[in-house]
Amino acid sequence: MNSSNMERFATRTGVILVVSGSAVGLGNFLRFPGLAAKYGGGLFMIPYFISMLLIGITVCWCEWTLGRYGGERGYNSSPGIFRAVSGRRGGQYFGIVALLIPIIIYMYYVYIESWCLGYAWYYLCGVFNSGPFATGEAVDYKNFFANHVGMGENGSVLADGLNATVVCLLIAFAINFYLIYRGLSKGIETFCKIAMPALIFAAILVLIRVLTLGTPNPELPEQNVSNGLGFMWNLKLPEGVTFWSWDNPLTDPEMWLEAAGQVFFSLSVGFGIVLTYSSYLRRKDDVVLSGLSASSTNVFCEVCLGGLITVPAAFIFLGPERVTEVAGSSIGLGFFTLPDVFERMQFGPLVGFVWFFLLFLAAVTSSISMLQPAIAFLEEGFNLGRRASVSILGLITVFGAFLVVYFSKDLIALDTMDFWVGTFLIFILGLIMVILFGWVIGIEKGMNEAHRGAHLRIPKVFNVIIKYVCPLYLVVIFILFIWKKIYVGYAEEGSYVYNLLNHPDVHITVGFVAILAVFLGLMIYLAGKRWDQLRPIKEGEEI
Amino acid sequence: MDTSGWIFLLGSVVSVTALTFFCFSRVFSLPPSEEEDLHGPLDIETGEED
Repeated sequence: MNSSNMERFATRTGVILVVSGSAVGLGNFLRFPGLAAKYGGGLFMIPYFISMLLIGITVCWCEWTLGRYGGERGYNSSPGIFRAVSGRRGGQYFGIVALLIPIIIYMYYVYIESWCLGYAWYYLCGVFNSGPFATGEAVDYKNFFANHVGMGENGSVLADGLNATVVCLLIAFAINFYLIYRGLSKGIETFCKIAMPALIFAAILVLIRVLTLGTPNPELPEQNVSNGLGFMWNLKLPEGVTFWSWDNPLTDPEMWLEAAGQVFFSLSVGFGIVLTYSSYLRRKDDVVLSGLSASSTNVFCEVCLGGLITVPAAFIFLGPERVTEVAGSSIGLGFFTLPDVFERMQFGPLVGFVWFFLLFLAAVTSSISMLQPAIAFLEEGFNLGRRASVSILGLITVFGAFLVVYFSKDLIALDTMDFWVGTFLIFILGLIMVILFGWVIGIEKGMNEAHRGAHLRIPKVFNVIIKYVCPLYLVVIFILFIWKKIYVGYAEEGSYVYNLLNHPDVHITVGFVAILAVFLGLMIYLAGKRWDQLRPIKEGEEI
Repeated sequence: MDTSGWIFLLGSVVSVTALTFFCFSRVFSLPPSEEEDLHGPLDIETGEED
């Protein structure tokens, strides 16, 4: 038995905190409030909650169940789990997508994580409240951020050698790989058990500060807490449009697309991460209550904390125009607007430090989870030890992160990876898992499998939702996605498809992703040969 | 903030908080999983095939 087979979570709470830790990240505190503000405040909550119910919770239960099913059959990696679930050798190649997604996302996510660490450090050592920043003059945080990440020119971050950006990135890398090297229980689970309560506590502190701001500038009485919350939550309809009319923004497919994308990104379903984590569960460990608990923790952080902090705080200090400018842009809201808010707030430097440190913790709990699927594959596919697996994955991710850092002009490499892998492929993997659960295993057997050891029953209506509604919803959303984001305006300069065809930096980035996909395919082929000897399967055998 | 804002805010926050508390109250009221493995009735071998 190799080491990966012996790994287990120490406690039930531990597994819930690890999975919710992988889900709670920057999307909860930056992306969600920005999208809600962009799409009519309270109105956005309607497609958001419908998507959460129809695809979020549904794919989550499927992924937990498939993972435990594969784990029982001795597989902890997504290629192995897909092989076991499909009962065919060919099924293991779905694992290319399931391995590629977390590895590629890690390469740019760790860079964003290092910005949070850098900003927390700047607040702690007084960079943002001393020297030129203490003059009371307006600070160009946009310019500051552009210099920090090298948006002006490719390679500018690396040109100065060991500057703050590079040091923060190295620290973030070291923390991630130290935790992953410590293993599932001693590293990831132990860290999440401390970090998750700590980040929720820090978020509550910032929330209390925001909700007690009152009207900080008496000259602008309309910029107060109540109106800030209203900007985020009021049902905003265009003039002359009622909730029941046909031109209601709810009929805009883009809003549904964004809501579905937010649910996927935020819950980390369709990433292949939950698949690996749940494979470490015991045969009769619960997956239904655990999956729902992890999802609800994530939604709590998103709606009850993220939804009450970011946009209201920005509104109170900067007014509706500035918030509207950056609504929909996580980076704009997080790294240009909020530092400006903290500068004007009493105890702003302290709140700024707590805020960026909580973002850093949230990002670490997510990024360590992105490494585990590949580690599990290297361990069980090639019988490698922890040290060898961590070293190989370290080399691959360092190279990918180097590309992200080097091609920093307009963050082109980061944006390209985020679109083609972090958005496009996630829909595909989500769809694969729902079809495997509802159609390959079969809905009755799938539900029986989910209910083994469950402390909660999945309502019967989910039989229909998983088998028909969810795949149909995903296909419709996916077609809309291709139509809106790829087909319409594909020839427009700067669009994703235009860049794919014409931009040399994008060619290199996408070429790297393609080479990695081929490499993973070869690795899965070799691992499959080994599994054929160890655990042969009969083609087409009934599951 | 108008009435619609309060409805969406309170509706969302109360329902999500209630769901989270419900889930964790169920999780914390369960016996430790090791104990379950040793004493749980589901551990009886039924001969069922998966």
